[in-house]
Amino acid sequence: MLASLVVFLPLVGAALAGLFGRSLGDRGSQWVTCVLVGTSALLSIGVFFDVAIHGNAYTVELFTWIDSGAFEVSFALRIDTLTAVMLCVVTIVSSLVHIYSVGYMAEDKSIPRFMSYLSLFTFMMLMLVTADNFLQMFLGWEGVGLASYLLIGFWYDRPSANSAAIKAFLVNRVGDVGFALGIAGAFLLLGSAEFDTVFAAVPEHADTVVSVFGIEGHALTLICILLFIGAMGKSAQLGLHTWLPDAMEGPTPVSALIHAATMVTAGVFMICRFSPIFEYSPTALDVVTYVGAATAVFAATVGLTQNDIKRVIAYSTCSQLGYMFFAIGVSAYSAAMFHLMTHAFFKALLFLGAGAVIHAMHHEQDMRKMGGLWRKIPQTYVLMWIGSLALAGIGIPGAFVGFAGFYSKDLMLEAAFADGSFAGHLAFWLGVSAAFMTAFYSWRLLFMTFHGETRADPHTFEHAHEAPKVMLWPLYVLAVGAVFAGVLGYSYFVGDNREEFWGGSLLVLRDIIEEAHHVPFWVKALPVVVAVAGIGLAYVMYILKPDLPRLAAQTFRPLYLFSYRKWYFDELYDFIFVRPAILLGRGLWKDGDGKLIDGVGPDGFAAAVRYLAKRASALQSGYLYHYAFAMLIGVVAFATWYIVTAG
Amino acid sequence: MGQLPLLSIITFLPLVGAVIIMLARDEDEARLATNARNMALWTSFITFVVSLLIWFGFETGTAEFQFVEKAEWLPEFGIGYHMGVDGISMPFVLLSTLLTPICVLASWEAVKHRVKEYMIAFLVLETMMVGMFCALDFVTFYMFFEGVLIPMFLIIGVWGGPRRVYAAFKFFLYTLLGSVLMLLAILAIYFDAGTTDIPTLLQHRLPAEMQIWLWLAFFASFAVKVPMWPVHTWLPDAHVEAPTAGSVILAGVLLKMGAYGFLRFSVPMMPYGTEFFTPLVFTLSVVAIIYTSLVALAQEDMKKLIAYSSVAHMGYVTVGIFTLNVQGMQGAIFQMLSHGIVSAALFLLVGVIYDRLHTRMIDRYGGLADQMPHYALTFMIFMLASVGLPLTGGFIGEFLVIVGAFQVNTWVALLTASGMVLGAAYMLYLYRQVIFGALTKRDLMSLLDMKWREKLIFAPLILLTFWMGIYPEPLLNVMEASVVNIIENYQLALDERAGVSLAELMPGR
Repeated sequence: MLASLVVFLPLVGAALAGLFGRSLGDRGSQWVTCVLVGTSALLSIGVFFDVAIHGNAYTVELFTWIDSGAFEVSFALRIDTLTAVMLCVVTIVSSLVHIYSVGYMAEDKSIPRFMSYLSLFTFMMLMLVTADNFLQMFLGWEGVGLASYLLIGFWYDRPSANSAAIKAFLVNRVGDVGFALGIAGAFLLLGSAEFDTVFAAVPEHADTVVSVFGIEGHALTLICILLFIGAMGKSAQLGLHTWLPDAMEGPTPVSALIHAATMVTAGVFMICRFSPIFEYSPTALDVVTYVGAATAVFAATVGLTQNDIKRVIAYSTCSQLGYMFFAIGVSAYSAAMFHLMTHAFFKALLFLGAGAVIHAMHHEQDMRKMGGLWRKIPQTYVLMWIGSLALAGIGIPGAFVGFAGFYSKDLMLEAAFADGSFAGHLAFWLGVSAAFMTAFYSWRLLFMTFHGETRADPHTFEHAHEAPKVMLWPLYVLAVGAVFAGVLGYSYFVGDNREEFWGGSLLVLRDIIEEAHHVPFWVKALPVVVAVAGIGLAYVMYILKPDLPRLAAQTFRPLYLFSYRKWYFDELYDFIFVRPAILLGRGLWKDGDGKLIDGVGPDGFAAAVRYLAKRASALQSGYLYHYAFAMLIGVVAFATWYIVTAG
Repeated sequence: MGQLPLLSIITFLPLVGAVIIMLARDEDEARLATNARNMALWTSFITFVVSLLIWFGFETGTAEFQFVEKAEWLPEFGIGYHMGVDGISMPFVLLSTLLTPICVLASWEAVKHRVKEYMIAFLVLETMMVGMFCALDFVTFYMFFEGVLIPMFLIIGVWGGPRRVYAAFKFFLYTLLGSVLMLLAILAIYFDAGTTDIPTLLQHRLPAEMQIWLWLAFFASFAVKVPMWPVHTWLPDAHVEAPTAGSVILAGVLLKMGAYGFLRFSVPMMPYGTEFFTPLVFTLSVVAIIYTSLVALAQEDMKKLIAYSSVAHMGYVTVGIFTLNVQGMQGAIFQMLSHGIVSAALFLLVGVIYDRLHTRMIDRYGGLADQMPHYALTFMIFMLASVGLPLTGGFIGEFLVIVGAFQVNTWVALLTASGMVLGAAYMLYLYRQVIFGALTKRDLMSLLDMKWREKLIFAPLILLTFWMGIYPEPLLNVMEASVVNIIENYQLALDERAGVSLAELMPGR
């Protein structure tokens, strides 16, 4: 009952604000959605204590959705620890973002629509995390994709926002094709789409080999990789990441909620949910590790050179998601979930903080036009510091004291190291180098935005002001999370209480977390050391010697451009997919349909008939001697025929 | 209720209405037109209400034909008047009776000349459609099947756009060519079995070699109707030139006739031919999905875009039918039904703005969301349903087809699923160009949002789309027994044949 309320209250809010927005008015819509999502958040904390702390996992069946032969799924709410964690993260961040939006969107002309979309997103996300079968998860999956599309394109009169929205939808759809085929594969192999049945059937198929797409292969690996393609789309992993930076076209609260804290982590959640399948496919896990590690480092390199404040944080998100994936790849699901939770707090904090900066600067997002803002907006400044410290994972390794990211990020790196495999080691070293870059670009952002001489135009700078209370208050809540979420959650998520905490919601065949706790001290210390080094380098380049960045960019121009232009992914995809599709479509239409099919088919047929008819009508000349001649030929022909056959 | 010849009533009630309209005489043109409209609306509405009785009276869980009516007609030739519905045809009867009143409403103001004849054409069309889905005798089936062409041909040819004659001729040429071959096939079956009674024929085993040819002959007719690639080119032209309501019926019901033919005749009567030609169907369907989706991406005319998208969606249907497993076939039928609702709604949506601005060119629009929020929302819902988003009707069919196809051939499943991306591409493009963007064109600024009559048209379609997406269970339930029955008989026939050839190989046993 409680769980149903958590899930459906946001839907009620979305419907009320969306359908009756005009009668409710701006204020009314804001109240309705904030109160309902806030209630949902409070209730979800209750659910969390009930389920995760006291271990009462349960499933609420609502009604049968699809029943087609053996393919049978219901709408159901599966509430276990994994879900409860997500419920809390989603509803808490969402309610804070709802409140923040009251301030941030105050001058917008379609407030009810915005609030409705936010609540709709929350509902879809909750459907996703409470799914007890593949199809409901797919529903939530596509549903959050829709909400994301609507919110990125919220300012629909801007061409760039529309393009970004469509791009997000389509790239996600590519991933969804993988997801859909993965579901079909799981159904074919394991005979069901319900999680419990599927998970129970996995061990007996551990060695099944199938032939798919003409390749003989390990069946579970194939299913896992198809499902992972879905996760890659939603969580913006290397190859399917191109939509995430563009998604920053949406209003900033959206970026915080959807493109940092919740939706993009759906892929991580998904694979944790499917841990009973992935655990039986070491190959698939290796693939996850490689992709995650590559994304972590790729996105970090791009983040180094971006100038848009939101894009820097977006690439940082992409990179942090890479961390979570390589942690999953070495079976450290609980560590990945732990980082998902802490990351939600500090990344939402960073984004909303960036929103406060943008708000102060009258919608200026280019950091080259900022600087020296710390005097103007000191509270935001401090909050951004907290977020950055948490992101960089700053803490004291031996004393075990630090910000939220310190606990979760370090543990993921330790797990990768402890894994001992080549993939694990690669992930560890790439992760460490990404940690260095993370610290560097975070402080680059801080220094460029808040320190030095201002580069803003004097008028804007003069009028820069701290955000209203309704925007700052959620930031403080998130900041508390960014400081304490790590130390509070540690023992439950990945510490001594982890087994009873997770209950049966994660399956791990070997206890990598235990191994991770016993790695050498240098492994534990290294991430913090490189992070401090990254901060130091940023300090040198952006405070001590401000012309150093320009010099570096000139000296290493190809490298700089490679990073600045995001490894040319967009150009590449445009060249391989987008333009050929349009050209092909036009060609098939004009030449294929027009010239070939119609030309040979009906039009050609008609033309041939017309031609023959013309020829035939030419015979009817009207001259008697023509007809007489034709008759004569006929007579001759008949006579000949007669003579030949008779003879 | 068992006594009442429900199916005949539903079939011929519209014809009665048409006759009454035809007999009406009035000096005043306007009053005549109004009367014709009202009469057509009431007739089709009452027909719809009556047809609801078969929905509620329908017994699920059996593959038997229900509401059966049988009368002697030409007993010496084994030809009779035989009507009945099963889980496959029943939903389509309802789809036809639902869409007709909607079409009448949609033409309320759009059609201004020859209103009386127009309404007659629609009512006759309804009779033909419903009769086609109910007929259980080849002769009556063929009459209805071909009879549909005549009012449709007239609707396109008389009330169509500037190139209507070309479109009508193309439409007629294509469909007639296929039908001739089907007629020959029906004769061949008749000479083999000595009856034209469909339920009897479903039990009859045709010689295997003959099945190949018969299958091809039926295929020629049905493939054009579906339409499958490469015989689809009549559809975009027909849609573009047809009046809005004509497009609605064309996309909503007429496109389903081909697939219905596959389900009713090709698969159950010619199982061996079906097995033999399944790869061909898969190939053509997959080509259709990808090819026409790409072509849709390049369209400049809204109706053409939606027409091409219909071809792609029907590609899913043909893939699903020939997977011959429960998921695939149920998915295919579901996709037919949801496409019937969604594409009908999309054509109606185009009609709404066509009535205001008299152009269908995509680049003439943009930023309609500002002036027409209700329109934008409605369009959004059906755009998403067309894309196959969960919770809308489009999803269930599409997904079940993919699940079904994966069990048969993973490549087919992958290529079919690629339609998910391409389909989203052209629909999002369309929506962006028409509804989103800045409102800069002067003549768009004064456009009015939908009137109550227009909202009334969309309300049932919206409800149905969500119902089909959220609670598809009743529909799937209705068709399940019939689908399972087809699959079982198909397997049985193939097994029998395998047994026969085994016996031929080893005569000693």
